[in-house]
Amino acid sequence: MRTELTSHKFHPLIAWVGCLCVAWFLQGCSRPSNVETALDENILHFGLGAEPQHLDPHLATSVAAHNILSALLEGLVSEHPETLKPVPGVAHRWEKLEEGKTYLFYLRDNALWSNGDPVTAHDFVYSFRRILNPNLGAQYASMLHPLKNAKLYHEGKKTWEEAKVGAEAIDNYTLKITLEHPIPYFLELLNHYSWFPVHRPTLEKFDAFEKMGTPWTKPGNFVGNGPFQLVEHQINSVIAAGKNKHYWDASSVRLEGIRFYPIESVDTEERAYRAGFLHLTQSVSADRIDYLKEKYPEELYFEPYLGTYFYRFNLKSPPFDDLRVRQAFSLAIDRQRLVEKVLKGGQTPANTFTPPGTGGFYPQPQFLYDPKKARRLLDSYLSEKGLERLPPIELTYNTSEGHKKVAEALHGMWNEALGVEIRLFNMEWKVFLSTISKGEFSLARAGWIGDYVDPHTFLHMWRSGEGLNMTGWANASYDQALKLGETSNSEQERWKNFQICEDLLAKDFPVLPLYFYVHLTLRHPTVRGWYPTLLDHHPYKYVYLQKEEAP
Amino acid sequence: MKKFVLSRVLQAIPTLWVIATLTFFMTRFAPGGPFDAEKAIPQEIKVKLESHFGLDRPLFDQYLLYLKNLLRGDLGPSFKYPGWEVSELIATAFPVSLTLGVLSLGIALLIGIPAGIIAALRKNTWLDYLPMSLSMAGICLPTFVLGPLLIYIFSTQLGLFPPLGWYGPADWVLPSFTLGLFYAAYVARLTRAGMLETLQQDYVRTARAKGASPWQVVTKHALRGGLLPVVTYLGPAFAGLISGSFIIESIFFIPGLGKFFVTAAFNRDYTMVLGTVLFYAALIILLNLLVDLLQAWLDPKARQAQ
Repeated sequence: MRTELTSHKFHPLIAWVGCLCVAWFLQGCSRPSNVETALDENILHFGLGAEPQHLDPHLATSVAAHNILSALLEGLVSEHPETLKPVPGVAHRWEKLEEGKTYLFYLRDNALWSNGDPVTAHDFVYSFRRILNPNLGAQYASMLHPLKNAKLYHEGKKTWEEAKVGAEAIDNYTLKITLEHPIPYFLELLNHYSWFPVHRPTLEKFDAFEKMGTPWTKPGNFVGNGPFQLVEHQINSVIAAGKNKHYWDASSVRLEGIRFYPIESVDTEERAYRAGFLHLTQSVSADRIDYLKEKYPEELYFEPYLGTYFYRFNLKSPPFDDLRVRQAFSLAIDRQRLVEKVLKGGQTPANTFTPPGTGGFYPQPQFLYDPKKARRLLDSYLSEKGLERLPPIELTYNTSEGHKKVAEALHGMWNEALGVEIRLFNMEWKVFLSTISKGEFSLARAGWIGDYVDPHTFLHMWRSGEGLNMTGWANASYDQALKLGETSNSEQERWKNFQICEDLLAKDFPVLPLYFYVHLTLRHPTVRGWYPTLLDHHPYKYVYLQKEEAP
Repeated sequence: MKKFVLSRVLQAIPTLWVIATLTFFMTRFAPGGPFDAEKAIPQEIKVKLESHFGLDRPLFDQYLLYLKNLLRGDLGPSFKYPGWEVSELIATAFPVSLTLGVLSLGIALLIGIPAGIIAALRKNTWLDYLPMSLSMAGICLPTFVLGPLLIYIFSTQLGLFPPLGWYGPADWVLPSFTLGLFYAAYVARLTRAGMLETLQQDYVRTARAKGASPWQVVTKHALRGGLLPVVTYLGPAFAGLISGSFIIESIFFIPGLGKFFVTAAFNRDYTMVLGTVLFYAALIILLNLLVDLLQAWLDPKARQAQ
């Protein structure tokens, strides 16, 4: 059956008007990109990765939160943009007394909150008291445990006054800090957001002293003391900061604002970068490295990052309760091949647990590749147990293409060197965390990013009973060496003790370090004052935008 | 009609209660919790957090409290974003998803219905094969392929539209087309099937015999009946469209409801999961009711049945 449609007369004028409308709409659509307008507006467009859970410095727990909070708040000291060494922040100078057990900070009298109130020593004491308040439930409160008696107050054993916590405002502009024991990296520690101050009247207004989830961190409420202030926050869309005219060093701040975009998908982030939506990305997909190397060779950066990718053994269940098996598994891994042939992202093989050069500490490489020795060790174990081969080993990791790639590569190496069958178990993130924390694993993926540039940030994980340990390994000699490394004032003494810790890790093999992280990022050539740093910290007041020079 | 609407509204209440109950207990029995993190939280902190969110109470008490709050319209605070209420987040994200959904549906109908009609009228000619082949391709082509493809052509190469974001009307074009084309493919096939069946009906033959023009036959007589399968499909499709699409939102960086819906489950954000599920359920119920009313208007037989 065919039915004819009536050909209604179509006036040419309608067609023309239609075409004009489409042309007008398309004209309106083609607007200049963020990167194009940024030079005039002086706005940095920043790929943030994930949306931060909190913008409250005492409750925040993520890298994304750091990236925003370091724009909105400033601690007693700030960071040098290239070395991250402490430089004056709210305190214009400080004195180290009693061999580093006590510090006197002299605060500048022109440091102001974004509403014009002065920043005083009392604000810092209030802030330290708040984060340590047991009722607040701050996850990073332990970062302040180096303060004398802070732990007593935090654990609720004494009140603030009874505990006499080592933070005292001598006057408005002098703050005395007393530590439990000297900590060589104490000043670096102050740049962690957990040590940042909060504005007391604002917190009191929102009854936020010991309550989480109050709206004091929303735009219009947030009062900060950093070079920028919060102007907009749309969840999953944008967090915008504008220049804080009350900042004590506002004349040095060259950007007018920063817009943070929480783009979680690395592919979307890369597209955003290529379209001029972002000046810099938070990360780059490993699969895209070859393409980006070819297309954007001047804009793709491989920067060292203070992090170790490793596997945990469960020492409480066979076969990893036996040292020979753990050692065999470690010796069978060719880490060089892993980073060169599988990862291909500029990572370096981890022959130690602490990344070499952390705070100036260069541990001796000990996690080496020796498949023959690995085989011998495993054979010795098998003959002792009367086994022909190991039962299949379960390797648990959280769902991710990257983790899968590493797991499959190791599976191949273990199978080749030891003839072991590995069963890969990928789990959704929360299920994975729950499984690992219950100790229901044999071998599990993990990673650790340092909070400060000192070997202690890595080695403290393996202290007996430490929550992060989760391997079942405990070693009194390790605990003792770690304690000595923590408290000694002599660098030589510290490195000696930290080396003992590394030696013990390589002797008992509770963990399997695999590679050291690299921060992969795309950065537009107009971004200046941005330097590679181990913690990926970039103090924004030194950052500026400048037109590309003609080749 | 009033009775019908009232009975459907009353039926919705137990439906929503069952959904709320099932979702509440299913989220709680899923392994892992909202406070699990790589850097394990000290036990005493976990206790404080659980107490803050009321998770320290017996499960059944929590359930009763949730229902009580729900009756007052209080969906609770988000676990993932503790400074934000679930209702506040839904209220922010829903207009975005609604705009995207309405635009996509508009595109789906504007492309799908004419394509389906033409295919039906020109059955077994290239005007039938071409749109139906394209619609099959549209159904098979996932949005995560089509989206980046449209970005590559219209943003990267031609520079006509922004590649991502949701800041102005220009940003709406590519995501709406990506989502709309997918649904247009279904609409075209359903319209074709509906039209082919209707065009065989006696009343259409009568209209034609009485001298109605082919245009009148289609628009006045056949289309009304021919669109019935599309209308039935529209209810759940529209609910799906306006409740957000996680993939489209991820590709185009859109702050819609789909992202909250999916990430809440991954984060074990109990209140957010419940809030979005209930919101989605209420939308489906409402839209199904509207579809029934629309069908009654289009089809006298259905009206009688109601």
